[in-house]
Amino acid sequence: MLKQVEGSIGVAEAIGLCRPDLVCAYPITPQTHIVEGLADMVRKGKIKSNCQYINVESEFAALSVCIGSSATGVRSYTATSSQGLLFMAEAVYNAAGMRLPIVMTIGNRAIGGPINIWNDQSDSMSMRDAGWIQIHAETNQEAGDLHIQAFKIAEQLSIPVMVCVDGFLLTHAYEQIESSTQEQVDEFLPPFKPMQALDCDNPMSMGAMVGPEAFMEVRALNIAHFDNAIEPIQKISEEFEKIFGRKAGGLYEHYNSEDADTVVVSLGSVNGTVKDIIDEYKKDNVSIGSFKIGCYRPFPGKQIVEQLKHAKRIIVVEKDIFAGVGGCLANDMTVAFKDTDVKIYSVIGGLGGRPIFKKSLIKILDRGMKDELEDLSFIDLDQSLVEREITREDLFMTKAV
Amino acid sequence: MSTELKPGFCQTGDLTAGNRLQSIDVVSVQSQEDRANSLTSGHRACQGCGEALGARMAIDKVMELSKNKVHVVNATGCLEVFTTPFPETSWNVPWLHSLFGNAPAVATGVQAALKAKGMEDVTVIAQGGDGSTVDIGFGCLSGMFERNDDVLYICYDNEAYMNTGVQRSGATPPTARTATTPLSGPHPGNNFGQGKNVPKIAMAHGIGYVATATIANVRDLEAKVAKAMSMKGARYLHIHVPCPLGWGSLPKDTIKLARLAVESGLYPLFEGEHGVITGVTKIRKKVPVDEYLKLQRRFTHLFKKGADTDDLAGVQAIADAHIKYYGLLDDGDK
Amino acid sequence: MALTLPYAITLEVGSSLENKTGDWRTERPIYLDRLPPCNIECPAGENIQAWLGLSQEGKYQEAWEEILHNNPLPAVHGRVCYHPCEDGCNRKQMENPVSIHAIERFLGDEALKNNWTIPKAADTGKSVLVVGAGPGGISAAYHLCKMGHKVTVVDSKPAVGGMLRYGIPSYRLPRDVLDSEVAHIEKMGVTFKFNTRIDNLAASIKDGGYDAAFLAIGAHVGRSVEIPNDGSVKIIEAVKFLSDMETEDKKPELGKKVAVYGGGNTAIDCVRTAVRLGADSVNLIYRRDRKNMPAHDFEVVEALEENVNLNELRTIKEMKDGKLTLDIMELNAEGWPESTGKTETIEADTVLYALGQLVDASLFNDCTGIDVEKDGVTNVNDQFMTGMDGVFAGGDMIPSARTVTTAVGHGKKAARYINAYLKGEAYTPAEKHETASFDKLNTWYYEDEDMREQPVLDLKKRTTTFEEVLGDLDEATAKYEATRCMSCGNCFECDNCYTVCPDNAIIKLGRGNRFEINYDYCKGCGMCVEECPCGSMLMEPEEL
Repeated sequence: MLKQVEGSIGVAEAIGLCRPDLVCAYPITPQTHIVEGLADMVRKGKIKSNCQYINVESEFAALSVCIGSSATGVRSYTATSSQGLLFMAEAVYNAAGMRLPIVMTIGNRAIGGPINIWNDQSDSMSMRDAGWIQIHAETNQEAGDLHIQAFKIAEQLSIPVMVCVDGFLLTHAYEQIESSTQEQVDEFLPPFKPMQALDCDNPMSMGAMVGPEAFMEVRALNIAHFDNAIEPIQKISEEFEKIFGRKAGGLYEHYNSEDADTVVVSLGSVNGTVKDIIDEYKKDNVSIGSFKIGCYRPFPGKQIVEQLKHAKRIIVVEKDIFAGVGGCLANDMTVAFKDTDVKIYSVIGGLGGRPIFKKSLIKILDRGMKDELEDLSFIDLDQSLVEREITREDLFMTKAV
Repeated sequence: MSTELKPGFCQTGDLTAGNRLQSIDVVSVQSQEDRANSLTSGHRACQGCGEALGARMAIDKVMELSKNKVHVVNATGCLEVFTTPFPETSWNVPWLHSLFGNAPAVATGVQAALKAKGMEDVTVIAQGGDGSTVDIGFGCLSGMFERNDDVLYICYDNEAYMNTGVQRSGATPPTARTATTPLSGPHPGNNFGQGKNVPKIAMAHGIGYVATATIANVRDLEAKVAKAMSMKGARYLHIHVPCPLGWGSLPKDTIKLARLAVESGLYPLFEGEHGVITGVTKIRKKVPVDEYLKLQRRFTHLFKKGADTDDLAGVQAIADAHIKYYGLLDDGDK
Repeated sequence: MALTLPYAITLEVGSSLENKTGDWRTERPIYLDRLPPCNIECPAGENIQAWLGLSQEGKYQEAWEEILHNNPLPAVHGRVCYHPCEDGCNRKQMENPVSIHAIERFLGDEALKNNWTIPKAADTGKSVLVVGAGPGGISAAYHLCKMGHKVTVVDSKPAVGGMLRYGIPSYRLPRDVLDSEVAHIEKMGVTFKFNTRIDNLAASIKDGGYDAAFLAIGAHVGRSVEIPNDGSVKIIEAVKFLSDMETEDKKPELGKKVAVYGGGNTAIDCVRTAVRLGADSVNLIYRRDRKNMPAHDFEVVEALEENVNLNELRTIKEMKDGKLTLDIMELNAEGWPESTGKTETIEADTVLYALGQLVDASLFNDCTGIDVEKDGVTNVNDQFMTGMDGVFAGGDMIPSARTVTTAVGHGKKAARYINAYLKGEAYTPAEKHETASFDKLNTWYYEDEDMREQPVLDLKKRTTTFEEVLGDLDEATAKYEATRCMSCGNCFECDNCYTVCPDNAIIKLGRGNRFEINYDYCKGCGMCVEECPCGSMLMEPEEL
């Protein structure tokens, strides 16, 4: 059944169908509509479980509550954005280290300072190496569907999952989506069977201190389990398709990129814009396609190389930038393609909610296809302003010295 | 001279943990050979650790009353480190450690999960030292109180960050020397302030039950655990646990110090329900604070030649204020 | 639910038992039994703490049996012993001592009421002569009989008890109590022969075929003093007076005004007896002051309550016209009395001399090697044997404190040496444990609780009859009072050590079985020792 809903509500409804036992969140824009939706569903008894919605005093507490409930063996969910994710950072790492299969939505938003409430992906990127699986939604349809898959992935592997949904662009956008039914979800998602849980009949101590004598092994095991998640993530996506009759998730998705010379690689909702551009290029028979990465962590580098090694160049378009790293995805791609002749270009855009206009992106891609791009480029950056300010600050600092 | 015979009299009354002359129904759980030993031998706490003792006393009582149905959430700290270093744990209960500052929230999650599973007969305990309780985990603690989650939180207060090498915490008493309040300047040691009285702050949340207890009075401690266990919702128990390492005291003096803290008035024993003080444990044999302070190297500067006498007087004033505020002396003693 | 635990971060419960923390230890706690001061002070060597402990549990027969290891006369001692145990009692330093004597009396009376008995060992074929049926003789006879020896007790008096009967007035020791308690010993098989005076000991031993003898003939000869007397004042020696009180046809005539000269317990017995015999005035005359009186102060107090006049710092200078001239004394720097030269007079029909007693050592007529002092006191070696082989002695006739309980102690100890002598063995007393002095206790743990005192006969009856002055503690009160005992130096299972060990290194063996230390885990912090109320633990250096 198709219906027109706000992205956040679509996500909330999908989560509700997963019969979580616990939802605990602290409100932060743009995640708010998701948790408001869930709070309402819990109050109205729309979730077919003993689900409780716990209001807490911080994101740190929100994820901590989930740690407690997940460790006690129930399906647990939280959601956050931006500063909220940073505020829970310690718990983010802890949940992964404890191998607790929590699912968390990231309503992607820029991180400050300066404070900024609009979309980019630097928040989830800041936690890319925390040991959580990260999957990105392109559309509101996929946003909902990925959450259904997320619980299955998390619980099957005992690894927590972040579902990254672009703030405002998806969370606050109204689109038509096809709802899932409770029967479909129940068929797809079995009840939660934890690998470990607090239990009076089988008492154990969870969260031991591990010293030098075993810490390396614990870490190596974590990484091995994490890397082994790639195949199941793909498989679960395929299972999903069988039951729900539509595609969602998985490691990646080609869009005219199977044999293109130039491939645009990106995460999340920007793929919609890129696909529109590819359609336009297609009319002119330009050899360019787009390649959506659905699963960012673990990073399916080998699979991507296998799919794109034919390309002459890859233009990575992403909405994050980190000091000393640049674009995270471009960085990962460069490492993955280090043994190939494929040229990787990094393009940063959309930071702090700045729109990525088609015409601006086309300009970049045109230059890219002629190999005229710098290794790192920005979409619609006022370069002169940046240079002017650098000069001004340099003068001030020199005087100060 | 009274000729009335006190019923059930024995030479130690309820001052000792047990007594062969007393019925098994009135002695402490700690005195019984079938106590749970929730925290078992082989842990790595220092000699004479008050915290190891306080934890076993409290959780054993919980074990008894809950018929071993308990989940314990433990904040990072000495108690966590000395009980669960891989490859061994000293706990005999389902136990979970997550972080330094989140034990109350984790406990909320555990409790909510139990509710979801229809297992609300399991008691949820969150516990930590004073560092996690009064400082870094305070936000989560307050949140748990405010929501009135069905969690009994136990703070083992040894008055500083012992696990990291004895730095000052919000529970460190004035004038005490710690690694971050060294003995220099005109007022050596920790500063005088209003302090951070978490039991009173807990009471300000209006939660069902708040009590202070001491390892020097196990029957009082167990009675308070029992009282807490008779209620639902958020409850808070603050247990004073001397630390030989951090306080510079002899391991053998741990109980004695806990006792002197009470008898001097520095550590008042009281209970409150829904924001109102409902009872105090009176001082039995009042002592000046000196008797308590002199056994601890962290206070020796107060007794050196040339020490500012105002500092010692200031500590005594705190004890006197407690005695007055809580009514710790019998009327005849005033 | 079969769970797969993640490596290292999740651990099986209780696994730290693998970690034996005992090797951290530099000192180790041990349990020990220290000797409580009550036991140390008891001349009979009673294990008072033990029988109080049993009394606390209501195990009165076991408590009585425990007393009888050392003393066969608890009903008597609960009445007449001056209870030095209570002077030693550590509780005295807190509020007041445990009323040990009152509990002992209760137990003794319970035994009489219930006819409790003590089994004796198989017959050894040896026989012992005991001379003197006073406390020393009874004690030796009882112990020797229990050991399986045949014992014959002879005494020149017509009835049993020695000074118990002929020295201690009946208001302190009712005669039925004495007779009942001795009857129990007689029932065990001890033979008593009264009105039998021994003048030639060696012959008596030989003729009787005895293998050994124990002498406890007491000191029944009153010491006299020469004071000018015109014959208007009657002089009686205190020991004779008290002895005559026991013989119906010799009841002494004192007149209405009585004075007693002396300051010991016998003097007190005399004045109080005089009061009861109806004297109008009773004056106690003592050369030093009250503080220096050898009599126990509580007895002096009781005497004063009974309207006895105390004339301290007085000596009798002369007796004339029914009056005593008293020399007024003062104490010199050394504490001895010197005359001030001033005098005063008081009236008296009779003066009782209570100035000490001598021993009549005439039974040694045919003996050799016996070392007798000029006051009749007989020297013995550290095994209570006189200079004559196989002849032992104790009680007032040997150099020592002259109390009932001392005599009973002598009787017990001598019996043990005699037993060894008869068997050709050596007896070595067990080494005494170290003292459980007050500083070894952690008195915080004891409830403040005053002594429960015995009821006292009303003053009217005290001054007109010979009814027993002190009454019984009822069962509940006796038990309560026993429970005040702090069990100094001996574990009474308060469970503190077990409770305060942060390492669970104390094993509780169940009630009545005390505790054990698990040195696998004991880190040697010493809290158990520090918090032991009764001082029955000790830290000792670990052998490294």
